[in-house]
Amino acid sequence: MRYSYYPGCTLKTMAKIYEDTALSTAKALGLNLTEIKEWQCCGALYPLNTEEIFSFFSPVRALLQARAGGEDKLLTLCAGCYNVFKRTNKAVREDGELRRKINDYLEDDYIGEVEVVHYLEVLKNDVGFAFLAERVKKKLTGRKLAPYYGCLLLKPWAEMDLDDVENPTIFENFLTALGATVVDYPYKTECCGSYLSMANEDIASAAVGRILVSAYKNGAEAFVVACPLCKYNLEEYQKELFAAGREPQLKLPVVYFTEILAEALAL
Amino acid sequence: MKITTDKVNSNLVREVEEVSGQKVSACFQCGKCSGGCPVVLTMDVLPHQVLRYAQLGLVDELLHCKTLWICASCQTCDSRCPRNVDIPKVIEALRLLVLRNKGGNYLHPNDLSEKVRRNAPQQGLVSAFRKFAK
Repeated sequence: MRYSYYPGCTLKTMAKIYEDTALSTAKALGLNLTEIKEWQCCGALYPLNTEEIFSFFSPVRALLQARAGGEDKLLTLCAGCYNVFKRTNKAVREDGELRRKINDYLEDDYIGEVEVVHYLEVLKNDVGFAFLAERVKKKLTGRKLAPYYGCLLLKPWAEMDLDDVENPTIFENFLTALGATVVDYPYKTECCGSYLSMANEDIASAAVGRILVSAYKNGAEAFVVACPLCKYNLEEYQKELFAAGREPQLKLPVVYFTEILAEALAL
Repeated sequence: MKITTDKVNSNLVREVEEVSGQKVSACFQCGKCSGGCPVVLTMDVLPHQVLRYAQLGLVDELLHCKTLWICASCQTCDSRCPRNVDIPKVIEALRLLVLRNKGGNYLHPNDLSEKVRRNAPQQGLVSAFRKFAK
């Protein structure tokens, strides 16, 4: 199976291990990923207004590069990129006025023909969790892992359409396929504070605290995430809460789902 | 605060509706948005109140509230809204009305903490400056 691949800025630097483990596991599972040419930052956030046409140009350029590469599907890893690409693609498909403006500016004719997918989605739909379970070389038996969805993978559900927004199961089914014990906890889809950690740290810290305690009290030994910003927030504020003596029992590592997958495939 | 027909019919309300693409009168004040908001405790005007203020034309009050800089656009509220009001888009429109004025930026690169400068992922920095500065 072949895919175009969009890494995004964070995966080339702060989250290099996310990219490395995604590429090595994809190869081991027979997936062929080709990084698209001349990509730029996707903008990190989907524009929540009717006026910023410029914000669409970078993701649409990347989608055009994916189309030029000849593959039907563009695979993303960072939950932020996935959110931007999936929503942009849907907007281009459904909003004729927006499509015309974007194409007029870019002097092209993109109509949303590339399909945007997340690696988790590929593992579920194209590889299949049953097949994945057969490929596991080192079962993660006894490992109590808490999947953390965050927001960008799932919301807004009408546009993302990855899984049920209130009770998602894709992460759980993935971890079960690897032989791990899945920890269910009420805050698995609650926002970690996102970009507030850059400006309003107290608010992000409080949001993270609730997630950490919720997972810990339900028996989690580690978090599994799909977003570099979620990982940063969960790790940084956990360190602070720990150092301040407010949650002295908290020592939960935060890992990307691809790291866990690489471990299970013994790579 | 005083509510007048002039305020209710003000151009500012129309501008918020135009920039957000949302109809503020659609909200019937059920409060599900505020009930599920993960950062509601630190807001001075709660999400459902943002809509109510907008319905009553109290946009000036909204342009000065802390809520605009607390919403993380996590979209939990609009995922649950029975009237399909995209509340983060309404808040974004209000934020843009502030940011587009001279001196309206909320975050400057010099404001970033040492920890953020050293460790933060690009995704976070790009997101924050897109939301908090123009």
